Amino acid sequence: MDTNLALVLLLTPFLGFLINVFFGKSLGKSASGIIGTLSVVVSFVVAVSFFLQINQTKQAINIQLFDWIQISKFNISFGFLLDQLSVLWLLFVTGIGSLIHLYSISYMHDDEKMHSFFAYLNLFIFFMITLVVGSNLLVMFIGWEGVGLCSYLLIGFWYKNQDYNDAAKKAFIMNRIGDLGLLIGIFILGAQFSTLDFASLQTAIAGAHNLDTVWLSIAALALFIGACGKSAQIPLYTWLPDAMAGPTPVSALIHAATMVTAGIFMVSRMHFLFDLTHEIQTIIAVIGGVTSLVAATIGLVQNDIKKVLAYSTVSQLGLMFLALGFGAYEVAIFHVITHAFFKACLFLGSGSVIHGLHGEQDMRKMGGLKKAMPITFWTMLISSLAISGVPLFSGFFSKDEILMTAFHHNIPLWVVGSVASIMTAFYMFRLMFLTFFNDFRGTEEQKHHLHESPALITFPLIVLAILATFGGLISLPGNSWLNEYLAPLFAKVGTEEHVLGTTEYMLMAIAVVGGLVGIGIAYAKYIKQNAVPSEDADITGFSKVLYNKYYVDEIYDSLFVAPINSLSKIFRDYVETGISSVVFGFGKIANELSYQGKKLQNGSVGLYLFAFVLGMCAIVSFIFLAQ
Amino acid sequence: MNNILTQIGIENYIFLCVTLFCIGIFGVLYRRNAIIVFMSIEIMLNAVNLLFVAFSTYHQDTQGQVFVFFSMAVAAAEVAVGLAILVSIFRNIGSISIDNLKNLKG
Repeated sequence: MDTNLALVLLLTPFLGFLINVFFGKSLGKSASGIIGTLSVVVSFVVAVSFFLQINQTKQAINIQLFDWIQISKFNISFGFLLDQLSVLWLLFVTGIGSLIHLYSISYMHDDEKMHSFFAYLNLFIFFMITLVVGSNLLVMFIGWEGVGLCSYLLIGFWYKNQDYNDAAKKAFIMNRIGDLGLLIGIFILGAQFSTLDFASLQTAIAGAHNLDTVWLSIAALALFIGACGKSAQIPLYTWLPDAMAGPTPVSALIHAATMVTAGIFMVSRMHFLFDLTHEIQTIIAVIGGVTSLVAATIGLVQNDIKKVLAYSTVSQLGLMFLALGFGAYEVAIFHVITHAFFKACLFLGSGSVIHGLHGEQDMRKMGGLKKAMPITFWTMLISSLAISGVPLFSGFFSKDEILMTAFHHNIPLWVVGSVASIMTAFYMFRLMFLTFFNDFRGTEEQKHHLHESPALITFPLIVLAILATFGGLISLPGNSWLNEYLAPLFAKVGTEEHVLGTTEYMLMAIAVVGGLVGIGIAYAKYIKQNAVPSEDADITGFSKVLYNKYYVDEIYDSLFVAPINSLSKIFRDYVETGISSVVFGFGKIANELSYQGKKLQNGSVGLYLFAFVLGMCAIVSFIFLAQ
Repeated sequence: MNNILTQIGIENYIFLCVTLFCIGIFGVLYRRNAIIVFMSIEIMLNAVNLLFVAFSTYHQDTQGQVFVFFSMAVAAAEVAVGLAILVSIFRNIGSISIDNLKNLKG
C-alpha cells in the first residue's frame, strides 16, 4: 500500500511531464496548465496522507523497490525513505508547488511555449520528490542532478535572449562545481563504509570504533561544498541572482522555496556525519554567517525588484546554514519552512507587479502601486513584515531562534546575523516603499494600464500570505510542535530547548528593535525624503562597490574564466597543432608514396610483363635458395 | 614407353621443356605484336604440359596426364577469349601492337 502510494506521489508529476511534453501543444494552453497543476496537487494529497500517518505513528516508512547496483558486498538498492524530515519537505515542495503551478496558469498564459513551461515544472517537482524521498545518497543524487537540470532549463526558458542563456549556463556550471564536491563526498563514504543507505550509514558511523576522522571530515566538507553549490553559499552563490532571468514563478518555486533548500535538506539528512566533525560545522556556521551579511549588503542597493529578493534569498539561506553549523537542525528546518512561505509570496507578488507593468523590473520606474494593486500590496506587506522579523509573523519566530542559537554558541556570528537581519528589514521595506508608495514613476501608458492581477494570481498570494503570518505557530518558543515532531530524527533536539529567561527576552527585544530600526530608516529615506535611487552612472563610492556586487563576478572572471580561456587558447594554438601535424603527417606520407607509385603504372604492357617475369624469377630463385 | 624414356632420359625432357619455356618468355618480352605474345604464352603452357606428361610417365602415375587435359581445356578457352579481346582491340585502335595499349595508364 505504502509502496503504491509512494509511486503515485513520485510518478504523477512525471506523468504530467510526459503528457505536457508530448501532447501539450495539441492540448492547448489551459489544458496543459490544468494537467500540470493537477498532477502536483495529487502528489500534495498523497504527501498529506503520508504526513498524517507519520505524525501519528512516528515510524519512518522504508520502501525498497529493487536492487540497483551490486558489486560484491557493496549493494545499493533503489528505495524511498519517508520519515519526518522528508515528509515535511514533501509537504511544502508539493504544496507551494501546487500554488505556483496555479499561479503560472495565469502568469504564463501569453507565452507560446506554455506547455513546455509546465512540462519543465512537473519534471522539477518529480526530481525534487526523488531528491527528498531517496533512501540513499545515490538516489538523492539523481534528484539533485535532475533539479539542477530543470533549473537550467527554466532559467533559460526565454532562450532567445543571450543574457538569459548565459545565466542558465552559469547556474548549471556553478552547480556542477558543487555536485563534484557532493560526488566526492559520496565516494568517500562509499569507500569507507561500503554503503550509501542513510540508515545503514548512521549505524555504521555511530558504531564504528577508532574511526579515521580525517576521512570523515573530508567527506563532510565535500558534502558541504555540494550544499554550497545548490544552496548558493559563498563562494558559489553568484549564480542565484543571475538565475532571476527565468520566469518569476520559477524564481519563486525553484530559486527561493524548494531547490535551494536542498543543501539544507542534505546536511540535515547527514546530520550524524556533521555532528562528528566539529571543525566542518564551524566552517558551515562561518560561511553561513558571512554569506548572509555579504548578500544583505548587496541587497541594500539593488534596483531590480527580483534581484533584491534574490540576494535576500541568499542571505536567508546563509542564516539557515548558520543554524546548521551549530547543529540546530530543527531551527534551520523551521526557517526553511517559514522562508518558503514568505519568500514564495514575495516572489509571486513581485511577479504580479511585473505582470501589471508589462515586464518592468526596475523599482525606480515603479511607485504608488498600492491603490492599483491592493491584494498584491497587502500580501507582500505581510510577507515583508514576516521576513523582517516583526513579532507575531512567522519569520520572527524562526529568525529569532536562529539568532538565539547563534548567541549561545558564538557571539561574533550572532552580531553578523543580527546585522544581516537589520539590513534585511531595511531593503525589504525599501522595496515595498519604492514599489507601492508615493507617485508612479513609469510611463503614462503603463499608468493607464495598471490593474490588479487576476484571481489565479492573487489566490496563491493570499494563501501564502496567510501561511507567512501563521507559519510560526508550528514552533513557538517553549512549546514547539516542530521540535517534538522532529525529535526521533535528531538526538540533540530538546536537550538544548531554550528556557525563556531574561537573556532570551533581551535578545528578542534586540532583534525586534533592530528590525524596526531597519524599517524606520527605510521609511525616513524613501517616504519622508521621497528619495529615488540614483541612475546607474551616478552611483559612487562604496555603494557603487555594493551595486556591482563587490565585483565578485569580475573577480571570478579574471581568476578562473580568463585563465581557463587562455589555457584553452594555448591548447588550441600549440598542442592541437602539434597533434594534428603528426596525424596529418601520416596522411601526407601515404599520399606522397602513392603519388610516386602511380608512375609505375604507365600503361606499357611490355613493362608489366617484364616486371611479372622478373618477379616470377625472383620467387622461384628464392624458393630454391631457401631450400 | 618405358623403353623410350629410359633410352632418352628424363633430364632431356627437362632440358627441352626449359628451353621451350625460355623461348616463350623471351617471345613475351621481346615481341610487340600481341598475337605473337599470345603464341609465346601458348609455347610456355605447352612446355609445362610436356613436363607434366614426362614426369607422369617417369613416376608411373596418371595424375599428371589427367592434369594436362584440364590445362589444355583451360588454354583453349583462354585462347578463345584472348583472341576475341584482340579482335575488339584491333577494331578500336586499328593496331595490335602492345605499345599502343596505353589506355590503362594510371
